[in-house]
Amino acid sequence: MAVLIDRNTRLIVQGITGREGTFHAKAAQAYGTQLVGGVTPGKGGTTHEGWPVFHTVADAVRETGANATVIFVPPPFAADAIMEAADADIPLAVCITEGIPVLDMMKAMAIIRESKTRLIGPNCPGLITAGQAKAGIIPGHICKEGRVGIVSKSGTLTYEAIHQLTRLGLGQTTCIGIGGDPLIGTSFIDALRLFADDPQTEAVVMIGEIGGSAEQEAAEWIQASFKKPVVGFIAGQTAPEGRRMGHAGAIISGGKGTAAEKMEALTAAGVHVVRSPADIGEAVRSAL
Amino acid sequence: MKIHEYQGKSILARYGVPVPQGEVVFEASSARDVAKRLGGGVVVVKAQIHAGGRGKGGGVKVVKNADEAEEAAKKLLGMRLVTHQTGAEGQIVGRVLIEQGLKIKRELYLAVLVDRSTERPVLMVSQEGGVEIEKVAEETPEKIHKAFIHPTAGLSAFQTRQLAFALGLESAQIAQAGKLMTSVWEAFKATDASLIEINPLIVTEGGDLLALDAKITFDDNALYRHVELKELRDSAEEAPLEVEASKYALNYIKLDGTIGCMVNGAGLAMATMDIIKLAGGEPANFLDVGGGANAEQIKNAFRILMSDTAVKAVFINIFGGILRCDVLAEGVIAAVKDLGVPVPIVIRMEGTNVEQGKQMLRESGLNFTTADTMSEGAERVVALGAPAA
Repeated sequence: MAVLIDRNTRLIVQGITGREGTFHAKAAQAYGTQLVGGVTPGKGGTTHEGWPVFHTVADAVRETGANATVIFVPPPFAADAIMEAADADIPLAVCITEGIPVLDMMKAMAIIRESKTRLIGPNCPGLITAGQAKAGIIPGHICKEGRVGIVSKSGTLTYEAIHQLTRLGLGQTTCIGIGGDPLIGTSFIDALRLFADDPQTEAVVMIGEIGGSAEQEAAEWIQASFKKPVVGFIAGQTAPEGRRMGHAGAIISGGKGTAAEKMEALTAAGVHVVRSPADIGEAVRSAL
Repeated sequence: MKIHEYQGKSILARYGVPVPQGEVVFEASSARDVAKRLGGGVVVVKAQIHAGGRGKGGGVKVVKNADEAEEAAKKLLGMRLVTHQTGAEGQIVGRVLIEQGLKIKRELYLAVLVDRSTERPVLMVSQEGGVEIEKVAEETPEKIHKAFIHPTAGLSAFQTRQLAFALGLESAQIAQAGKLMTSVWEAFKATDASLIEINPLIVTEGGDLLALDAKITFDDNALYRHVELKELRDSAEEAPLEVEASKYALNYIKLDGTIGCMVNGAGLAMATMDIIKLAGGEPANFLDVGGGANAEQIKNAFRILMSDTAVKAVFINIFGGILRCDVLAEGVIAAVKDLGVPVPIVIRMEGTNVEQGKQMLRESGLNFTTADTMSEGAERVVALGAPAA
């Protein structure tokens, strides 16, 4: 089971001939993902590292039967790549690219919302289903098949959580990096909904950070509708106001979006909130 | 990227937003000429720093004539202006705006920004101008009126009318307000702004609407397509180490503590600051070296980290996914050999090629403390950085 991707997923890479695209396509294939081809406009009809390359996403979907795409396209062209994926009706698009202008993303989101495509990201590490498949940059070797789902705004902090769960022998079902931008395709709530319906996922780790109110909205939804144990961590408890902490969306403004208010909302919703990122794994163990 | 008020006003004016007449000066002697050009009567002398709260901090002076304008400019230029947004150290004033004095009847508020939950830009107005809008939002949210801007239809005329009426404007002013709002939205779109705030938007005794203040922040991700806007950057407004770090694509933010940290990934970098605090220390900075840092970047990161003389110990916390631990070790060893880092260094690394990286550190002959977990690393670095008892 697990969610979103598994060993039957047929993945393409948009930007497959680029350095990042090539590197991570190889890593995904080595992990067991069915990597069926890629897209680079202008290089259609060629092969790259043994994969067929297409001019357009529509061509790639038609020829390979792909049902997922991972986007490694530079920021000026990434929003367009997302819209192209949606236009091809591909069910899952994962955008890794960091640095997409917000106004470009706003247009892409309008297209995504009326499409059949679920977008993960942008500015995210992608997702991985332990032992089965991955779309993105999460290192496969730290994962272990298990019972815990992860949803996170962060990249390396997700790896940290995965590592702790693996060390404790708990393992993971699917780990989803939803991204640290102000506008993202899949929210905490969307991911939690998926985990709610997945019998293999027995608990969820939710990693948030300062900025916006997605964590508070998730807290409300968890309280009303989510039955499995959730362990939460919010990064940026020591972050100063008014400064963007690396991620475009990670900023406390006008006293809003602080770690304290998010932790309070999650705690009130029955989430096991840990203050230290080192305690995530142990908290899951005791919650199970 | 933030810009100054006078730069913001000049952009707004270009898109048709009425602003007061005025000019910026860098020397007090020019203030007199500008005041004379503005008619020689009442002018306002405004310190130009990015932080808000300038009026309360004493950075805005209303004067009666050109002589007084020069005197006020002389006082403000070079002054260390402290506001609730600058922190105690304040910000040196390097430029002042000399502007015509206006007879103000009403002070309103207007802003455009991106609303995350609706995924749309929102135009917000309020009759409560000239005060902190966060306070209004907190205490009387019903006094803030919003129009969400459709991604393809844009800002519609009916929306500007709704807002204009909500502002309690008179019928004769509705068209003027509509044009002003549309112009602000056009400026927002054309410059890839992430915030345009006009506080206050004034109604003069003559019934005209003008932007009396202007705060514009641009989307850093879009600056690549606005070469002309990049030139508006004022590096004097930024911490020198942050300017230096940005040259090497390093994300560095200086903080007030004594434990320097170097981390890959923004989330983990924030979490590392948090765990230092939990261990009883105070982080000296936020530093994200990114996912694909090379040995050279690690070295530059180290140099910048160590330029902060408050740093008493360094915590390197790396989870190698794409960034390999051996590359990190190579960079750290080279940096320490080159720079002769005089403070204790605690390294915690995990992930790709971790054993190889640890071996390199051990065999380097340099004095590193290693830790296997984040919490162990944080405790050690705080202990090492504590002043000797």
